[in-house]
Amino acid sequence: MPQGTEKNPLDKESSSFLAKVSRFRETGLFLFILVVMLLTHLKNPNFFSLENLDDLLTNTAILSILALGMMLVIITRGIDLSLGSTLALSGMITALTVSSYPTLHPLLAIALGTLIGIVCGSLVGLGVAVFGVLPIIASLGMMYVYRGLTYIVSGRRWVNASQMPESFKAIATTRLFDIRLYIFIAIVFYLAFYYFTNYTRTGRRIYAVGSNPDSAAITGIKTWRFIWLVYAIMGGLSGFCGVLWVSKFASAQGDTASGYEMNVIAACVLGGVNIMGGSGRVGGVLLGAVLLGTLNNALPMVNMSVFWQNAIQGSIILVAILVNAQVKRNVDRGNLLRRHI
Amino acid sequence: MLKRIGIVITILLATCLLASQAGEQKRFAFIFKSTGNPFGEKLMEGFKTAVEEQGHTAILRAPDLPTAEGQISIIEELIAQRVAGIGISANDPDALQPVLERARRAGIKIVTADSATNAESRDVHINQADPELIGRVQVQAAFDMAGGKGDIAVLSATSQATNQNIWINWMQEELKLPKYSNTKLVKVAYGDDLRDKSTSETEALLQTFPNLKAIIAPTTVGIAAAGKVLSDKNLAGKVFLTGLGLPSEMAEYINNDVCPWMYLWNPIDLGYLAGYASVALADNSLKATPGSSFSAGHLSKKEVINASDGGTEIMLGAPFKFDKANINEWKTVY
Amino acid sequence: MPGPHEIAADRPFAWKAFFFQWEWILLLVFLAIQVMNFHLSPYYLDLAHLREEAADLAWWPWLTSLIPAVLANWADVTISFLDKSFIVFPMAFIIIMAEIDISVGSTVALSAVLMGLSYKAGLSMPLAMVVALAVGSVCGFINGLILVKYRELAPMIVTLATMIIYRGIALILLEDQAVGKFPAWFQNICWGYLGPVPIMLLAFCVTALVFGIILHRTTFGRQVYAIGSNPVASLFSGVPVARIRVTAYTLAGLMSGVTAIFLTSRMGSTRPNVATGYELDVIAMVVLGGVSTAGGRGRIIGTVISVFTIGFLRYGLGLRNISAEYLLIIIGLLLIFAVMLPNLRPLYTSWYSARHPRRQ
Repeated sequence: MPQGTEKNPLDKESSSFLAKVSRFRETGLFLFILVVMLLTHLKNPNFFSLENLDDLLTNTAILSILALGMMLVIITRGIDLSLGSTLALSGMITALTVSSYPTLHPLLAIALGTLIGIVCGSLVGLGVAVFGVLPIIASLGMMYVYRGLTYIVSGRRWVNASQMPESFKAIATTRLFDIRLYIFIAIVFYLAFYYFTNYTRTGRRIYAVGSNPDSAAITGIKTWRFIWLVYAIMGGLSGFCGVLWVSKFASAQGDTASGYEMNVIAACVLGGVNIMGGSGRVGGVLLGAVLLGTLNNALPMVNMSVFWQNAIQGSIILVAILVNAQVKRNVDRGNLLRRHI
Repeated sequence: MLKRIGIVITILLATCLLASQAGEQKRFAFIFKSTGNPFGEKLMEGFKTAVEEQGHTAILRAPDLPTAEGQISIIEELIAQRVAGIGISANDPDALQPVLERARRAGIKIVTADSATNAESRDVHINQADPELIGRVQVQAAFDMAGGKGDIAVLSATSQATNQNIWINWMQEELKLPKYSNTKLVKVAYGDDLRDKSTSETEALLQTFPNLKAIIAPTTVGIAAAGKVLSDKNLAGKVFLTGLGLPSEMAEYINNDVCPWMYLWNPIDLGYLAGYASVALADNSLKATPGSSFSAGHLSKKEVINASDGGTEIMLGAPFKFDKANINEWKTVY
Repeated sequence: MPGPHEIAADRPFAWKAFFFQWEWILLLVFLAIQVMNFHLSPYYLDLAHLREEAADLAWWPWLTSLIPAVLANWADVTISFLDKSFIVFPMAFIIIMAEIDISVGSTVALSAVLMGLSYKAGLSMPLAMVVALAVGSVCGFINGLILVKYRELAPMIVTLATMIIYRGIALILLEDQAVGKFPAWFQNICWGYLGPVPIMLLAFCVTALVFGIILHRTTFGRQVYAIGSNPVASLFSGVPVARIRVTAYTLAGLMSGVTAIFLTSRMGSTRPNVATGYELDVIAMVVLGGVSTAGGRGRIIGTVISVFTIGFLRYGLGLRNISAEYLLIIIGLLLIFAVMLPNLRPLYTSWYSARHPRRQ
């Protein structure tokens, strides 16, 4: 495999063989999802009903959007544990705002939530990029801080459905062509990020910073700016999803999305984002999020005992990771053999 | 350098030994399951009112996560502060026993409310309502709503939640009666008191059991999440929802007919009674033995009775029914 | 912060460098917290009460009666936070190797549950405790084994998966039940005293000593630092990287088993949902103790002081009845600033030299 360049099949310069190989990895994940879906369908024929697929995709939308931000963070060799708290804080402040000003336009509410998220994310990014605090610590510390702030701003109360104006709750219930708005939002984000990571200078530089920070710095990239940027993006997405979350469940609580960061990280890793930095693709992340979403939807549907759900979900994640690693090894070995010829 | 550090340390230690004096007033503490829970906040509000009405001070605490470990640490801190009584809503019935025994050896009276510990680790439990009644009344509600036949399902909190597990046992007892021959409990699902999980569990129930007529959700997060799902899918009148919910959270779904009626008790009164019981136990005007009674402020006279777990308890009353007629006056209260 | 991986043997002893170490700063923070606690609450170490009792004595008997009582109360406080701190040491090893293990909380739960079940099945209590240690070790060993078999996988991910699985197994085994009813003496493991000293504090000191010797005085310890500084170079210079990694993860499992014993003794019973979130608490303690997650740096003494610093901070704020949300914010900020502090000086220097290029 050529050194120093991102192995992306959609890069025009990469060879057709590499493209095939990389696609193969994602096809594996895709097939795996299909198998899970088919097995579920055999047990419960309602799985492939339109309504259930609509539920599945809507429930996965928030996870998949967050996974995009986490992908960028992980590409720069970082991690963000604070996203669940950021989501809760932005959701709470937005919910409090719309309950006091019911006439506020939903778009303004979304903008407010996103802005709060960007501020939160920028603070984490500031710690990581400027003060050199390790990502896991900076985000762990801010995770506690934002969670504490969420309880404080809410006065330890919840904002409930009857306090929220209809226009705000409609963000979640709006349908376009009989498909929920959230699915469209996720699709738009995926298209935008696909373009951003593959065809913009900033996007490519994020990969460069992640692949090799030292050589990126030598080539004149101000690495700290990009590291700061990815945390700000992650924060912005968390804030945005905070609004979606609160609108969807019509409730804002202090403990909203606590522990959700682990789901998002798992989605990224299942999607083939390398935790050592430098690689990860939008398509893979989408499949990773869909796999987790499918499991969350399927396990209750096959009437699995609740006590077995954890073990099964964990085992599936572990198997997927190990199979992924094994496939990659075989591919790499194949590559080396080719080189000899 | 060493010398300088030595001097600094000496000064620090000296200021420690001269630190301020302790105040003398009876203090009573309440520990809820976790922070930021509206039910718990109201309960503690009632506790505080009761304790302050009698001229004492109240300390209100809760761990950041609903774990027994967090509550143990808080109890240790309260023992060190020599409080007169501790009221607690326990995250685990058994795991607090060692630390509560320590507290009782230090002369602290233990009152449990909302969620009891085992009989050995408390003086008296304040029971919101008879668990048997809570279980049975919810099945009856679901039965009446569904018109006497069809499947019903339960959406509970976590599989480890003690209160919910007791109530579900009584629901299953009730369902054994011949009147329910056409009603089947198809599944007990667990939403872990998380919005997202409760939502997907509710959706799975709807997809898996086409004959589902009613969902019983004996937990505040679960019932509100289920209410949201049923509202969004326009299932009002087709699948009915009942259970235990906060009026403020459920007003929306009672008014749109998704949940014709549901039950709860008054958390403020529950905390208030716990506060009066704590103070009465601490000044020995109440003995934690069956038959003894005391005056609990505006709740008037209350009596200690035998509890089913071998300990003693004080009963608050029957669960209160919330429906369209009264929800709007209660939704602003709690 | 001079790391121990630097070869320090032939350098003259420098006072300034010696005291400008993270551990000293931490020690000062620790002392400051002690002072703060005394001022925050009259109940801290029961001092106000003790002083009242000894008020009539002359200064020397006053001091001799007060100091042992205060020290005994101080040791008493440690019972409230030491149970999870046993995992701190192997976690320090793992973080020094620039890796991480987030499955420890679940390992505690699984060990505790299996200990309870094997006692219930008729095993004697000491044997059941051995079961807990064995289960913990096996869990850790499995983590290590997967990680050396698949070297390209990040520890964070593998332990994330096993974290879910281990607690999942505990849930399958015990469902919604709890196991308890252990013999009466078992409670004394956490709550008991050996003379005036809590058993748990003694156990903690012994463990700290053993791990300190392993890390700072054995080849194994030097190799841990070597792996953290440069894993590839270590491998090529003959360090048995795989064996050391497996050992470190197994030790983390073993100490999770130890924590399971203390925690179960503390609670008198156990269920599958115990020890939730312990992994983050442990990591926070290790990092505050000056162990760098970038690898190759950190000492046992630092983590020991850090355990006591966080423990007493929480306890003192708890005596003041500070609510949980403010506690979260304080701990979070403390964590960030502690890690930021050593980075400030080089940052200032580079900023200053950029502003004043001529002076350089």
